[in-house]
Amino acid sequence: MYSRAYKTIVSAPPLLWVGLFLLLPYALMFAHSFWAVEDGVLVHHWNLDNYEKLLTNPLYAEVLFRTLRIAGSVMLCSLLLGYPLAYYLSFHSGGRKELLYQLVIVPLWVSYLVRGYAWKTILGSEGVLNGFLQYAHITHEPVSFLLYSPFAVILMLTHIYTPFVFLPIYASLEHIPRPLVEASHDLGANSFSTFFRVILPLSMPGLLAGATFAFVLSLGDFLAPLLVGGSSGTMIANIVQTLFGAVYDWPLGAAISVSILLLTLSLLFFTQRLEKRWSFK
Amino acid sequence: MSRHSPTRRSPLLAIYAALVFAFIYLPLAVLILYSFNRDGVGGFPPLHLTLDWYRQLFADEPIWDSVLNSLLVAGGAVALSLTLGLLAALALDRASFPGKALFRRLVLLPLILPGIITGLSLLMLVVLSGLHLSLLTVLLGHGTALISVATTELFAGLQKTDRAQEEASLDLGATPWQTFWRITLPNLKLSLVAAGLLIFTLSMDEIAVTFFLIGRDNTLPLEIWGRLRRGITPEINAVSTLIFAVSVALIVIWYRIRMRSIGAEAKQLLQRP
Repeated sequence: MYSRAYKTIVSAPPLLWVGLFLLLPYALMFAHSFWAVEDGVLVHHWNLDNYEKLLTNPLYAEVLFRTLRIAGSVMLCSLLLGYPLAYYLSFHSGGRKELLYQLVIVPLWVSYLVRGYAWKTILGSEGVLNGFLQYAHITHEPVSFLLYSPFAVILMLTHIYTPFVFLPIYASLEHIPRPLVEASHDLGANSFSTFFRVILPLSMPGLLAGATFAFVLSLGDFLAPLLVGGSSGTMIANIVQTLFGAVYDWPLGAAISVSILLLTLSLLFFTQRLEKRWSFK
Repeated sequence: MSRHSPTRRSPLLAIYAALVFAFIYLPLAVLILYSFNRDGVGGFPPLHLTLDWYRQLFADEPIWDSVLNSLLVAGGAVALSLTLGLLAALALDRASFPGKALFRRLVLLPLILPGIITGLSLLMLVVLSGLHLSLLTVLLGHGTALISVATTELFAGLQKTDRAQEEASLDLGATPWQTFWRITLPNLKLSLVAAGLLIFTLSMDEIAVTFFLIGRDNTLPLEIWGRLRRGITPEINAVSTLIFAVSVALIVIWYRIRMRSIGAEAKQLLQRP
């Protein structure tokens, strides 16, 4: 029904644009990771040294390991907060469901920076929490380990990603046919086994999607560590940022970026396959 | 049976849900409350309330310059990504071309990958092309990264529209151009507005990509970011509170449009024989 000209006109501009402004930049990143810096100048000398450095220098392994630990903790914490919340809303909130749902969604739209900044003012040694603790005579000295630590990064990212994790879990809980749950009860299962044998397995695709969101989005974050992480909360993307900035070693930074990219894509691929296996349609 | 009904009471779970809500909202409440605190961003209790920080904020020219910059970038990003996203959605819906599957995935990458990777990749392109970093490079970055959002929203919109209307228009002698302006575009009106609002909000808030593409002129989030490194005053709480208020206002509008589009769909379904 659509002419050849129509098809060309609608497909050529986006194809060209995406080729020039997305594919080419990502390809450049890939190419840089095989180049080198000699005497402070980038040279197009193809080699694998950058990847070798990543594998041999223990510093990178250490930071990567910390990053995975932080991302894993954020994932776990947001699941522990998001899943019960979604379960409550889907099965127990009655008439307030729609309102409560909106209340979870609103913070999703609130600026990342605003939310991060809020934690900074709460956790600081002269912050709101310390002020409160001293006011209530729980402590007499300001507690200083709260801000500038991996803990603060995990707390801030968990706060940001809990609504993200909530969304797909809630969607999959809402899709569970209610007669299945009733059948389980009628056949004598108690709430506990109904949850673990009916509801949890059926909500697995949502849980996986939420977990992947939280993990992947935390994995490449460099702003939360800068804002509340301090030096003990440095993550892998901060290394990339310094390599592209002050240190001026773009090829090494590109090699780390490509590794993050591949890690992200393989995680997504892997969970997508798992999700397919778990979905019951 | 009532014991087993899915909405039976479970006080522990309700308390837990309330605590999660508290965790989500407490930081925002603190942020807003302390924007009125005379004695700074910390400490407890906030005894002396004042509007001074808002007064200071309204007199703060660099902040308002950065707001203007952000509006320019967001407006440009909306125009750019909606145009390309609309074409991409039409192409995905109606044309077959080599690399279609790859294209569909490629467009989504900026949403999936960490912002730092997209930002740095675009920085490499800017360096290669010899452009200077400025608001224009930020606009190009936002516009390109957000094509993903536009394409997804508009493709979904296209899937729901009635293709027979376009067929009728073409059969009755309208040119494809007329059909586009008088049938296709009006049918997508609500999707276009919803996508535009979403893109606008995301662009206004973006830091990770902007961080690497910014020149001398700051956007609002980067202006705030710069100030966080110099010592913080409740003026930042005040500007954050305003950002929060504007975001909430935009969500309400977006939500209404969504509801209307769902309503319109339902009406269309009912009218069909």
